[in-house]
Amino acid sequence: MEKRVIFRSTWLPWVLLTPQLLIVAVFFFWPAGQALVQSLQQQDAFGSSVTWVGLDNFKALWNDSTYLASFQTTVVFSTLVTVLGLSCALMLAVFADRIVKGAMVYKTILILPYAVAPVVSGLLWAFMFSTSIGVIPWALRHVGFEWNHLLNSEHAMALVVMAAVWKQISYNFLFFLAGLNSIPKALIEAAAMDGAHPWRRFWTIQLPLLAPTTFFLFVINMVYAFFDTFAIVDSTTQGGPGKATSTLVYRVYFDGFRAMDYGGSAAQSVVLMAIVIALTVIQFRYVEKKVHY
Amino acid sequence: MVERNTGTRILAHAIMILGTLVVAFPIYLALVASTQTPQDFRQAPVPLWPGSNLWASYSAALTGGTSNLPVARMIWVSFVSTMVITFGKISISLLSAFAVVYFRFPLRKLCFWAIFITLMLPVEVRIGPTYQVVADLGLINTYAGLSVPLIASATATFLFRQFFLTVPDELVEAARVDGAGPMRFFKDILVPLSRTSIAALFVIQFIYGWNQYLWPLIAATSQDMYPIGVGLKQILGTGDAAPEWNVVMATAVLAMLPPAFVVVLMQKWFVKGLVDTEK
Repeated sequence: MEKRVIFRSTWLPWVLLTPQLLIVAVFFFWPAGQALVQSLQQQDAFGSSVTWVGLDNFKALWNDSTYLASFQTTVVFSTLVTVLGLSCALMLAVFADRIVKGAMVYKTILILPYAVAPVVSGLLWAFMFSTSIGVIPWALRHVGFEWNHLLNSEHAMALVVMAAVWKQISYNFLFFLAGLNSIPKALIEAAAMDGAHPWRRFWTIQLPLLAPTTFFLFVINMVYAFFDTFAIVDSTTQGGPGKATSTLVYRVYFDGFRAMDYGGSAAQSVVLMAIVIALTVIQFRYVEKKVHY
Repeated sequence: MVERNTGTRILAHAIMILGTLVVAFPIYLALVASTQTPQDFRQAPVPLWPGSNLWASYSAALTGGTSNLPVARMIWVSFVSTMVITFGKISISLLSAFAVVYFRFPLRKLCFWAIFITLMLPVEVRIGPTYQVVADLGLINTYAGLSVPLIASATATFLFRQFFLTVPDELVEAARVDGAGPMRFFKDILVPLSRTSIAALFVIQFIYGWNQYLWPLIAATSQDMYPIGVGLKQILGTGDAAPEWNVVMATAVLAMLPPAFVVVLMQKWFVKGLVDTEK
């Protein structure tokens, strides 16, 4: 889409663009370029000498079984977060859509987690599930279940997933609700008149018409789970036990700032950037399609 | 007519009540925990009803009490950097969106893409090199270092561009007939028209800025430049000694209050902004 009527000036648009271009150049393109360059270099432990090593950093990543393991961890984690987050939010949105009185109260409570910082969200869940004083492990012990996310890697993963889903539920809920609101009431009424029960209407009308929203949320949630969950991991399990919940973004931070492996960390950044760009392309394709129909 | 029987209505309310209870429980637990005395956390389970230590917990948190990390200072750091991020992003984005929508100039497409490629590449994935750039510029432990790198993203530009494209062309023509230049048009017509988008972005950016964690974790190395998220983690400690849970939870509640307040107060704009930005 383009404007028909425009202003004419050779210098003004550049003046207007300068602040943004400057910030993007200094804090985006420069670091991104640095990441590319550093991913091909190896620095010694004291930072005094730098050697070109070609693709060695990438080969090292490829041969590092713990890195491939964190790839797998990230995929498992992201899939769980996306599937659970979307289904819980969809269920809540479908029922919220049916409610006339009091809907505002439910909505206000359900959007609260959006305002909570990921680090706080992680802390709240870690507190609830704390093995020594947490309420839930205490209750679970009474039914004979021993919860310990400090030792059991499945429990640790479950904890991180719950905290991440909780944080994202507001966002998914709002989009599903907006999607449901945009479905013409006449369609629902026509189906009801033909004798379709709410359950049937959900599967044959609402869910198919929500497909664009669902797809959009799917991409957003994958991106969220991949990149925005560092704080949650850091405040619940810190990647442990072992490396059981160490996701890719957690690794970038850990290797770069704790283990001081700049080359390796930069190579990881490059891998991550490639993933994001792929996801962005998928999303842009989708956005274009949506604009045209 | 869609049926309206009591059965389905009760079911809908039951599910919503259950859902909101589950969602609200962690927050409730934090509120309750912040009113207890440190002794109440000696053994499981943590009390589920409010205690009487509210005042002591919060004043210990705000003044730094035993941990020597005053939360009042952290709130200030968070507030300043959040405001720089929010207003910085909104102003530069208004200007650049105006330039790409209302002007034709060489390299326009390139500028457009240079800005838009940042749309989904969060600071997390280029964390190491960004840190080095900021360190080279001497911006570690400064408000600029905490905020400016986070302004380098195009979400706001994207939203304003989308909105400007819907503004009727007749307004530009009318302005031109009246002899108004581009900046006059921008200031007197376009910005006032964008009020709703600006309000929506304010909420989204405020939350984005306030809730930052990974970037300040490495860009702030001295205690007096910790924003509240990083400070919270410090108060929690490294796990060697049992943390003072009432103070930790009081800090968590203080960290949640400002963004929760903004979201609830500006709910309408926030929902609209969220749903519009991501289209």
